[in-house]
Amino acid sequence: MCLAIPARVVSLDADDMATVALEGIRKLVSTALIDDVAVGEYVLVHVGFALHKLSEEEADRTLKLMMEAGVLAEELEEMAAAGSTGDAP
Amino acid sequence: MRYVSEFRDGSLARKLARAIAQASDRTRNYHLMEFCGGHTHAIFRYGVQDLVPENVKYVHGPGCPVCVLPVRRLDDAVELALNHDVILCTYGDMMRVPGTKQKSLIKAKAEGADIRMVYSTQDALRITRDNSHREVVFFAIGFETTTPPTAVAILQAKAEGLKNFTVFCNHVLTPPAIAHIVNAPAEEGEDPVRIDGFLGPSHVSSVIGSKPYEPVARIYRKPVVIAGFEPLDVMQSTLMLIRQINEGRHDVENQYTRVVTRDGNRKAQRLVEQVLELRREFEWRGLGTVPQSALKIRKDFSDFDAEKRFPVSPKTSREVKSCECPAILRGAKRPTECKLFGNICTPDNPMGACMVSSEGACAAYWTYGRKRDAAAAIKEAAV
Ligand code: SF4
Repeated sequence: MCLAIPARVVSLDADDMATVALEGIRKLVSTALIDDVAVGEYVLVHVGFALHKLSEEEADRTLKLMMEAGVLAEELEEMAAAGSTGDAP
Repeated sequence: MRYVSEFRDGSLARKLARAIAQASDRTRNYHLMEFCGGHTHAIFRYGVQDLVPENVKYVHGPGCPVCVLPVRRLDDAVELALNHDVILCTYGDMMRVPGTKQKSLIKAKAEGADIRMVYSTQDALRITRDNSHREVVFFAIGFETTTPPTAVAILQAKAEGLKNFTVFCNHVLTPPAIAHIVNAPAEEGEDPVRIDGFLGPSHVSSVIGSKPYEPVARIYRKPVVIAGFEPLDVMQSTLMLIRQINEGRHDVENQYTRVVTRDGNRKAQRLVEQVLELRREFEWRGLGTVPQSALKIRKDFSDFDAEKRFPVSPKTSREVKSCECPAILRGAKRPTECKLFGNICTPDNPMGACMVSSEGACAAYWTYGRKRDAAAAIKEAAV
């Protein structure tokens, strides 16, 4: 549960929420902890909250590393399994 | 595991390994505590320990939120779920941690308790809205990274006027735990834990910044380097620590400048501050009672405090006998020194929290350490 995953913001929704996309999963996350995030930017997501923004290169590198180290699949599963909201392919 | 070999053969890793070997003074040992379970994981997965000289030793710290929660608080959560007819929402990692008499949340669920795994506080709020006739308790655990989402949920519940939502708050703080570890006298029958410097947590620090470590470093004269989670980050931070130790410095340095600043995430800090305040003291598994090391819900928000709404009965809680988690969390023992490791206690049948959570040291040893030990044995037999 300590891990945080980089994801791309695809839309800004009401009530400090945003939809992020990663690996074909779409997820509604809270943006209550960060200021002025924009569509197309990358954020680090931890327990359903965007913790901070990060550059595309950093996001890309982290994702690749997580994938190759095998932790990405676990995290995605956790994300998708537990009480998921707004998952769509 | 392509990346593991890519990393180990990579020129940057090799260069760093060489620089560490050159910088380290062969006549002494360097005991570096990685506070965070995420770093323990990276060190094991990528075999970082094998890439640094033998006199550089990683000591695994207590930075695994599931691991440091004392049994009594878990027993309280089990009681809440079983005896108070609430819907208990919990992060998945907590489910299999054995409480007193090995009773876990998963067992309580099998006995009929309504326990739901959530990924986020937002899921807990949704469950609350969908079940307005039931009491919903969110079992909040975690370090500074996981705390702001709890604070936000309480503010949302208040704004929405949700009457059936409370939080069982167990959020703990990193800097007081670091201070406690360097300051604590050795337990009876244990050698004092030697630590020359700390690899500081990265995501926690992205929230609180690097500033809160400054007094700890100054007072206890131990360098702290905030380190990213990637294996190269860990190696670079190791080099930075060794240099500080050699020069007799004890500063807070930030290797993870990509994300961490000195001040951290002010917005998140303000939200936490608004809703939560320091506890006078809190019990940690392994560390015992640590002053000002955890947060509780402020009076203004006591309507959302599960400890106020559902008084739990006092109880005598016990760890599984011979589980060495407490000593491991203090950095005093290694998982392989536990009698139960790998035979009775495995990830499929965990006897202690350090084997349940993937951030726990026992789980890391189990997953990656055994291969290493086997390789070392072969190497030894060959000479
Ligand atoms: S191996 Fe199991 S029983 Fe032993 S210390 Fe680790 S978690 Fe506890």
